[in-house]
Amino acid sequence: MIRDYSLAEALFLLDSAKWTILLTLLGTAFGGLLGLLVALARTSTSRLLQRAATGYIATIQGIPVLILLFLSYFGLSRAGLNLPAIVAASVSLSIYASAYLGDIWRGAIQSVPVQQWEASASLALTRAQQFRTVIIPQAVRISVPPTVGFLVQLVKNTSIVSIVSVVELTRAGQLINNATFQPFPVFITVAAIYFAICFPLSWSSRYLERKFNANRPG
Amino acid sequence: MFGLQFSSVLAETPALLRGLLLTVELSAIAIALGSLVGLVTAAARSIGPRPVEWLVRAYVEIIRNTPFLVQLYIIFFGLPSVGLRVTAFEASIIAMTVNLGAYSTEIFRAGIESIHRSQIEAGLALALTRWQIFTRIIMQPAIARVWPSLTSQFILMMLTSSVCSFISVEELSGTAYNIQAQTFENFEVYIVAGLIYLGLAVVLKIGLAMLGNLMFTPAKGDDAVVPVTAKAAP
Repeated sequence: MIRDYSLAEALFLLDSAKWTILLTLLGTAFGGLLGLLVALARTSTSRLLQRAATGYIATIQGIPVLILLFLSYFGLSRAGLNLPAIVAASVSLSIYASAYLGDIWRGAIQSVPVQQWEASASLALTRAQQFRTVIIPQAVRISVPPTVGFLVQLVKNTSIVSIVSVVELTRAGQLINNATFQPFPVFITVAAIYFAICFPLSWSSRYLERKFNANRPG
Repeated sequence: MFGLQFSSVLAETPALLRGLLLTVELSAIAIALGSLVGLVTAAARSIGPRPVEWLVRAYVEIIRNTPFLVQLYIIFFGLPSVGLRVTAFEASIIAMTVNLGAYSTEIFRAGIESIHRSQIEAGLALALTRWQIFTRIIMQPAIARVWPSLTSQFILMMLTSSVCSFISVEELSGTAYNIQAQTFENFEVYIVAGLIYLGLAVVLKIGLAMLGNLMFTPAKGDDAVVPVTAKAAP
């Protein structure tokens, strides 16, 4: 039976966007945590940690999200863990996010002038204290606009997990399209919902960048 | 713990190579066409009238704030519903071109905006034609400055081409999917596919850097080219 594309279908799409948002939040939370470790390792004084973090970032950034997804999906089941697909989806999105956020935050930490390190060292702060009280507060400010900008990429890449049958926004669109055969209205609705999530993020990223740059000399 | 077994994946090497070739083909065509679209729209935006600027802006914002997969579905499933038949390969090329076009528009724009007005005035003072000013004084240095951002965007597009397997294009990811369906070595085949992508990304990065040096190395006495980093979104 062919169904019509009506309000009920559009509401189903809107409802499924909550999974897109949930996946984004999970990816941000776990990817952020892992990304922080990557950024700290990358900016640490240990050569070994620096190299490991550089290698990690380059590797993850050189592999498509789709492949990371399948590696998580089949890797978890190979490890004997029988988990729902959404877990593999979250794991892969977190790994993906950790490499990009780690790189963004590495850049933010390194853009704090070296004199700030020297000044705080001359005040007899330990390295941990320098990080916590002097470097991180300044780095956070620098890192906010690109971090928000990256969230847009994360939201969009959650669409890829539709391949393992997680019924998020894109998968929901596919299901509705299969029932109604009206691809244009269905996928344009889907695109509009993504746009409604992403555009405010893109806009704030640009706004924050202008705002933070305004009172910086040069 | 994982008991990795690569034998039947390695037996599929010819299939993987064919997949790799299609990934390279898709990426190369999309990079060429997408950059062309980006160049034209960025130029149109900077010299065209107001309505053109709005149109370009809308194009860039719509594409950059929606997933590539949804753009691909709209083209692949949507176009036939209005009577335009496209193969999966054609739909992929169109979607990748439209997508990369939007990102490269923004990158080229950043380059164009980095050219100081006085440079153009100097060109006018030297009695260069409008076309000469546009190509030699604006576009060439603009592209040279944004070459690093452009390179990252090209690599991202190559990685994103994996999504074309969703509409049954048998590029590298599609081939990997087929192999895992035939063998039980699902985890192994994706390790191999991941390594191939990684290798391709490294080759592309080095190759494009060399190409950039070749095209934009300033002649002796010229000012060094300072790169402007436009955001290369993943």
